[in-house]
This record gives sequence, structure tokens and C-alpha cells, in this order.
Amino acid sequence: MTKEKAQKNPFDRHPMLEQLSQLWRNKTAVVGLVIITVFMLTAIFAPLLSPHDPLEVSLYDQIKPPVWHEKGTWKNILGTDDLGRDTLSRIIFGARVSLAVAVISVGIAFVFGVLLGSISGYYKGGIDSIIMRIMDIILAFPYLLLAIVVVAYLGPSLENAMMAIGITYIPRFARIVRGSVLEECEKDYVMAARSIGAKNWRIIFLAILPNCMGPLIVQTTLSMASAILDAAALSFLGLGAQPPTPEWGGMIAMSRGLILRASWVMTFPGIAILLAVLGFNLLGDGLRDALDPRLRD
Amino acid sequence: MLAYIIRRIFILIPTLLGVSILVFVMLHLTPGDPAVLLLGERATEETLVELREHLGLNEPLYVQYGMFMKRLMKGDLGETIWTRQKVWTEVKQRFPATIELTVVALCIACFFGIIFGIISATKQYSIFDYVSMVGALAGVSMPIFWLGLIFMLIFSLNLGWLPISGRLSVGIDLEIITNFYILDAVLTRNWAALKDAVWHIIMPAVTLSTIPMAIVARMTRSAMLDVLRQDYIKTAKAKGLSNFTVTFKHALRNALIPVVTTVGLQFGVALGGAILTETIFAWPGVGKWMYDAVMQRDYMVIQGGTLFIAAVFVVINLCVDVLYAIINPRISVQ
Repeated sequence: MTKEKAQKNPFDRHPMLEQLSQLWRNKTAVVGLVIITVFMLTAIFAPLLSPHDPLEVSLYDQIKPPVWHEKGTWKNILGTDDLGRDTLSRIIFGARVSLAVAVISVGIAFVFGVLLGSISGYYKGGIDSIIMRIMDIILAFPYLLLAIVVVAYLGPSLENAMMAIGITYIPRFARIVRGSVLEECEKDYVMAARSIGAKNWRIIFLAILPNCMGPLIVQTTLSMASAILDAAALSFLGLGAQPPTPEWGGMIAMSRGLILRASWVMTFPGIAILLAVLGFNLLGDGLRDALDPRLRD
Repeated sequence: MLAYIIRRIFILIPTLLGVSILVFVMLHLTPGDPAVLLLGERATEETLVELREHLGLNEPLYVQYGMFMKRLMKGDLGETIWTRQKVWTEVKQRFPATIELTVVALCIACFFGIIFGIISATKQYSIFDYVSMVGALAGVSMPIFWLGLIFMLIFSLNLGWLPISGRLSVGIDLEIITNFYILDAVLTRNWAALKDAVWHIIMPAVTLSTIPMAIVARMTRSAMLDVLRQDYIKTAKAKGLSNFTVTFKHALRNALIPVVTTVGLQFGVALGGAILTETIFAWPGVGKWMYDAVMQRDYMVIQGGTLFIAAVFVVINLCVDVLYAIINPRISVQ
């Protein structure tokens, strides 16, 4: 007997694929996706794209204006800073740093948030209270303060900044997962799985978590946007990436002294931050509309 | 209702305790001898010993924490290393500056945010709607420290319209009563100082208001859109009420409920964002003071300042939640 290949029935598609295909119709989300792709490709292929070495100091080429000024040259398209380093190269390599921060800090927050949220929602009771109080403590610090304090005590470095930002975002993920787990635990299939004797972690990861994938994906995207902004803010304050590492926020900080003479050193990194964050926000908004109407403002 | 408030206050206490433990423990997690950290590398042996006695650094941790909490109850947040001034005194002096900046920023954010939100909602899919929503998204995506510098470049350095930094120009005499310069100027009828103070606050306040304004605009638009779809709006229009009455008297009142919560939450965000804005514009508030402390590794100030800011933030969030419960009675039943 030959097995007939099953007919491709559109109704058999996974519901999430269905929702994601609707995303395509959301033009702003597509724009966001394009921007993010450009950003990621820039970060990954930085050494190939960058015209100069971002750390190369060239004291003959200090504070040269961008190419469209009368004194600008095509050698330094976006001009140079006070140490003669090419702005465009530093922006391109800065994308690497920003991408690393976004991925690592949101990664930390995702892993710990999902873990804590699942434990909290599944086992309930005392451990739920403890974990929720810890989340409250993290949320008791406005905006950047916790990250600033952590970095102030542990020492300013990019790694500490990533960890600090990651810690600040844990409650966002924990709450989503906890809510979802609490909701799903009431349902029959969980009780059925337990009665068969399925191990707890199996139930959590294979059965319950897939149900909150939508909000988690949205939160991941939007958190990446915030992470880039927060990392830039920390570097601006001198608490993140240390010079000479090219980081967009740090570049803005260093350009404050040049604000009158060479305003381009300050302008372009800011535009880079704006575009990168905007990309993630556009995609996040689009994903939210497509995947989880509950999360809408 | 009252039960809800009391329950929320009960949750507040362990949270604040947790914050104090965290802040306290951080000093001991830092690599290095706490006494040396607090006084600096060049401190003499005698001062180190004196500090260890005073803070009980030789005692076990839980004893130290007990001493720390006892001092806290007495209102002693410690002393700054550099000037030996009480942290609490400095906080009292600088906090009004931050509050003034935050309040003005939020007023700007609410005013323009709500107006843009209403217009966007009533003229959905128009050019105005599209432009203002894209603008709002850009506002949320923009680094405010960069925006502040751009404003400074355009309005102070290039056009010369607004002063670069600070709260008041040198040479303006203002009698300080409340330390809210605008209020003091009005109370003492010092109109020159009032103009000067307002001129100084415009740029930092507008910078700080960008993100809250964007969020309020989006929130208002979405809330208004929800409300405008309701049946009672159709009834009002069918009755023959003017668009103005329908929008402002009926729709807005209900749409504003979630907006109020958002504004309240933005207060906390603005308080945190003040650190960046104050640093750029040299605004002498709590934010800049914390930044200087972090730069100078003044751990006493970092500790005391963090506790204070976190406490204020938690209390504000509590007030916002209670306010929301009062406006929207369905919440307190949970």
C-alpha cells in the first residue's frame, strides 16, 4: 500500500504561522524588520563594511567634517572625531556592541524571567510570594537607577552593564509567564498530564509555555529596543562600554566638548541609536497587533 | 476599598525592606574593603579605624544591618564622604529641583499628549494621525540625552534663544522659600526671576517630556478609539449633540481612566530619566547628584540617595494604583 502524500490544507497550518503571515500586511512592521535586518547585517559584517579601523587614531585627520562640507573628503564620509577616528567606521562597529548588548541582556532576562515565572506560577504558594516580592524589589527602582547602582558597585564595564540591564528586565518576562502558567494550570490537559505521571518540568516546558509564546516574542522585541537605549544611556554616563570601545552612547558623551566645533560627531551616533531602536519598536508593535491583542496599550 | 489600600500598603513594607537589604548588601558585594571604599585609597589608618567603629564594619553582617536600619529610623541616611554633610540635608535641598523639573515635564507631556491623542483618534487614518503616531514612535525610540544635546545645540548655541544650563542666571536675586524657583518667584512677585526661571526650565522639561508625551499620546488615542466605538457614543450623536460635546464631555471622561494610570506611571519613568536630563543641563537636582556620587564613588550618597529615590517611587506607584482603584471601582474587587 502506498502512502498518499497528504493534501496541503491551509487550515492545517500552525495558528502562529497564520498570525505571522498577517504580519506581512502590516507595513510598519515590515519596515521595522528591514531596519533590524540592516542593523544585524551591519553588526555581523562590520569588518567588511567599515572603511577604516574604528580604533585607529590619526592625529593628522582630527575633526574633519563630513563629505558634504566644503572641507570634507570621501576618505571620511561622516567626518572624524577629535582623535582622528573615522565616525562612520565607529558607528558600524558600534552596531556590533549594541547588538551584543541587546541580545545578551534580553537573553539573561528571558531565561531567568521564564524560569522564575514558571516556578512561581506552577508551584504557587510560598515560593510564588517570595519570587513576586523579589520582582517587586527590582521594580521598585525607577528606570535606570538599578542598573546604575549595580554598575557603580561592580565597576563600569560593558559586561556589568549587560548584566545590570538584564536583571532590570527580568520582571517583565516573569510576569507574562507567571500569568500564563496560572491560567493554563486550571485547564484539564494539565490535570490529565499530571495524572499520567508526567514530570513537572515536562508539563511546564512542553505544554504550558508554548501558549505564552506570543506575548513573550513581543516582549523580547520591545525589550531589545529598550536595551539598546539603556546601554547607550549607561555608556553615555560612563558606566557602560569604556573608551576606546566604539559604542553609540559613549560616542555622544565624548562629543559633548565638540558640540560647537564638530556637531556631526554627536549627531550621527544619535541617529544610529534612533534608527536601531525604532526598528525594534516598529517590529514589536506589529508583532503585538498580530500575535497578542491583549497586550495592546 | 479601604481593604485594598491597606493590602497594598502591607505589600509596600517588605518591598522597601528588600530594597534596603539590597542597597546595604551591595556595598559588601563590591570587591575591596568597605572602609577603604568609603573613604578612598589615601585615607589614614586612624580615619579607617574610626569609620569601622562608627559603622560597625567589624561586626557580623546582620548586626551591621541592624545598626543601618536603626540609623535609618532616626532619619540618618549617612554622610557624604567629600563634605561630611548629611545625605538627608543634601536630598532635601536638591529634591525640589527634580520635582519641579518632573512636574513641568509631565504637564507638558499630558497637555500635548492628550491633545494629539484626541485629534488622532477623532481623525483616525488621516495624515495628522499617521504623522503623530510615527512621531510618537520616534519619540519613544530616541535617546533623550542625545535629544537634549541637539536642543542645546539648536536653541542655545546656534540661535541663542534659551540659556544653556542651570536653574537661574548668575546675577538674578531670588528669595528661596520653597526651593521651587517658579513658585518662589511668583510668591515674592519677582517677575524678572520668574521669566529667568521659566526660560531655564523650558529645554530640560521639553527634553524630559518627550517620552511621556509619546506614550500618553498613543495611550489616549487607543483609549479614545475604544470609547468612540461604544454604543452610548452613537446614542449621543443620534441625540444631536455636537461633535465637541460628544468628544469632550462623554468620550474623554471614560477614555481618560487608563490615561491617568499611564501618566502616574510616567512620573516614575520621568524621575529616573531625570538623571540623564539633569546631567546634560547641569540641573541641580537629585539625578545629577546621584550621577556625581557614582562618578566620585561616594558610596554613602549612592546608598542613601538610592533608598530615598526608590522609596519615593514605590510610594508614588502606590498612590497611582489607589487613584486608579478609586476612579475605576472594578479593580478593587479583585
